[in-house]
Amino acid sequence: MKLDINKAKEFYSQMLLIRRFEEKCAQEYSHQKIRGFLHLYIGEEAVGVGVIDALSDEDAIVATYREHGQALARGIPANSIMAELYGKAEGVSHGRGGSMHLYSAQKRFYGGNAIVAAGLPFAVGMALADKMAKRNRVTLCLFGDGAVAEGEFHESLNLAALWNLPVLFVCENNQYGMGTALKYAESETNISKKAAAYKISSHQVDGMDVLEVSKMAQKAIKSIKAGKGPQFIEAITYRFRAHSMFDAELYRDKSEVQEWKKRDPLLVFKDRLKEMDIVINTQEIEKEISKTVEDAVAFAEAGTLEPVEDLEKFVYSQGAVK
Amino acid sequence: MSENITYREAVKRAIHKALKEDERVFLMGEDVGRYGGSYAVSMGFLEEFGKERIIDTPLCESGFTGAGIGAAVNGMRPIVEIMTVNFSFLALDQIVNSASALFYMSGGQFNVPLVIRMATGGGNQLGAQHSHSLEGWYAHIPGLKVLTPATIQDAYAMVGLALEDPNPVLIFENATLYNKKGDFDEKAPVLAIGKAFVHREGKDITFLAYGVNLLKALEAADILAKDGIDAEVIDLRSLRPLDNETIMASIKKTHRALIVDEDWKSGSISAEIMARINEDAFYELDAPMARVCSREVPFPYAAHLEQAAMPQVDKIVQTAHEVMES
Ligand SMILES: Cc1ncc(C[n+]2csc(CCOP(=O)(O)OP(=O)(O)O)c2C)c(N)n1
Repeated sequence: MKLDINKAKEFYSQMLLIRRFEEKCAQEYSHQKIRGFLHLYIGEEAVGVGVIDALSDEDAIVATYREHGQALARGIPANSIMAELYGKAEGVSHGRGGSMHLYSAQKRFYGGNAIVAAGLPFAVGMALADKMAKRNRVTLCLFGDGAVAEGEFHESLNLAALWNLPVLFVCENNQYGMGTALKYAESETNISKKAAAYKISSHQVDGMDVLEVSKMAQKAIKSIKAGKGPQFIEAITYRFRAHSMFDAELYRDKSEVQEWKKRDPLLVFKDRLKEMDIVINTQEIEKEISKTVEDAVAFAEAGTLEPVEDLEKFVYSQGAVK
Repeated sequence: MSENITYREAVKRAIHKALKEDERVFLMGEDVGRYGGSYAVSMGFLEEFGKERIIDTPLCESGFTGAGIGAAVNGMRPIVEIMTVNFSFLALDQIVNSASALFYMSGGQFNVPLVIRMATGGGNQLGAQHSHSLEGWYAHIPGLKVLTPATIQDAYAMVGLALEDPNPVLIFENATLYNKKGDFDEKAPVLAIGKAFVHREGKDITFLAYGVNLLKALEAADILAKDGIDAEVIDLRSLRPLDNETIMASIKKTHRALIVDEDWKSGSISAEIMARINEDAFYELDAPMARVCSREVPFPYAAHLEQAAMPQVDKIVQTAHEVMES
């Protein structure tokens, strides 16, 4: 794969931003500035960054509750994401969503869905609408390996293939659904094989290598945009952190985590750059990112609280459809 | 100009009109196309509008309801048909956790202009898995609107009202109404969502009903009139939002209330209405409120048992007498 220096910088910056942003989130969580469920994406950065890079602005994203990384990769400002985590009016969802419900109409980011597998039928419908309206756009649907056991996974893959819809399904296989390892949840642990059973063109990819992910996503999107129907990518990845901030991680060995950390997407990417003789100034990027994250926290701190009088605002939409 | 048509025909004409007038409208569900709809509402639509707009889905209530939500958010105006309210529970997650909440969770960014229609109610000897009236459950959910057309005019009008609404709207068509005939005028004025309708004026007692039970309440009112009891009959029309104003105005006039609902009593819309009258008009009451609901059983198959389980006109008449005498 050819990689120009700007792209190299972009990939690195985005992955680092997710990493540092979420490290900060964990910190602020321990200071009780951020509450509720908080699911960190650390370790999985290469998947979101690689796939989302292959989308155009018109394409849509449907994500799960572990979506800070994808929201950042999509270009939703760190400020408004952090403000949402702080429950502030300046947050993307005016404090009504929180960590698990990030949305942006402008960036075509449709969740933030905390019901495992519920985003799949939604993405199918998004793609159906595009097909009916003859818009050449793709809906990217991200979900975890845990979603594969739900009926909606099967219903959605069937519909997408049956109707030849422009959806890119990306399963972020981080090996665990909370504390349950994939092998305890699935009779067939090769998830791409399941998708193939629905006659969807399916692939596995190294989810720790952003270049591999990016290459595969570009190919998939090209095929979808050529009208060839849905594609399925199973990205093999790993989360370095606990499932959520409440998780004592009793279900896996520390040594297993250490093993996977050797394949940290940031390290893997640095190695790839070396191989390709591309030199980027990582220190400079680190400085920039650190400032972005600090600014985001300051922005969230300075944010205002949505007035309680507005509690019932947005239950029903008045007037015309937005 | 008025004609005499069936409830089925009214729903059918409304959907037909919507499909004709707005390219974004499409109908999706199990057997809506080649079969013509399980209650024959969409008979002939596939030939006229094609398989792109009359979409036969596999049996996957959650999948196609979720797809309806996605399509609605992405600019279309889907009408999703779920055969029977009982089956809608396979799509409950999509309706309750996604459709109702998305606008709120997104801080007002994403509307879900989705219409879901389904058949409800018993009386056809279909047993417990095809006969229940569960619309009251949906009326529990903020973010949803719940419509229950009882009349031919409303069967027609509510499809249009629902499609114009930027929120997810559920329409419950009582299965025993499809063959009922009545006067229909396409140009008749339409009452907004959230408005109840005083179907029959009276001064002695207020009947509150919706769907097929509006007809039973009207029949009971006619019988009571012969005994000198003048019942006011209100068609609730919309279970969410519920029209407090019309209900309380009637209580202030009659000072007595009787609710007729085919759902069970426990935790039902009838319980909700009683609570609201208690909150807003307690001192207007001259007698304890009463309700005629279904017996607390999964609906039986045998005709006599099923009829015994459901609200009936004689029970309404008898209960009204009791309220008048207390
Ligand atoms: C329908 C549903 N069931 C259960 C849960 C509780 N839950 C939250 S996350 C999770 C594990 C999901 O694992 P996976 O899909 O692999 O995603 P990951 O957390 O690994 O990103 C579970 C069981 C839920 N949110 N939704």
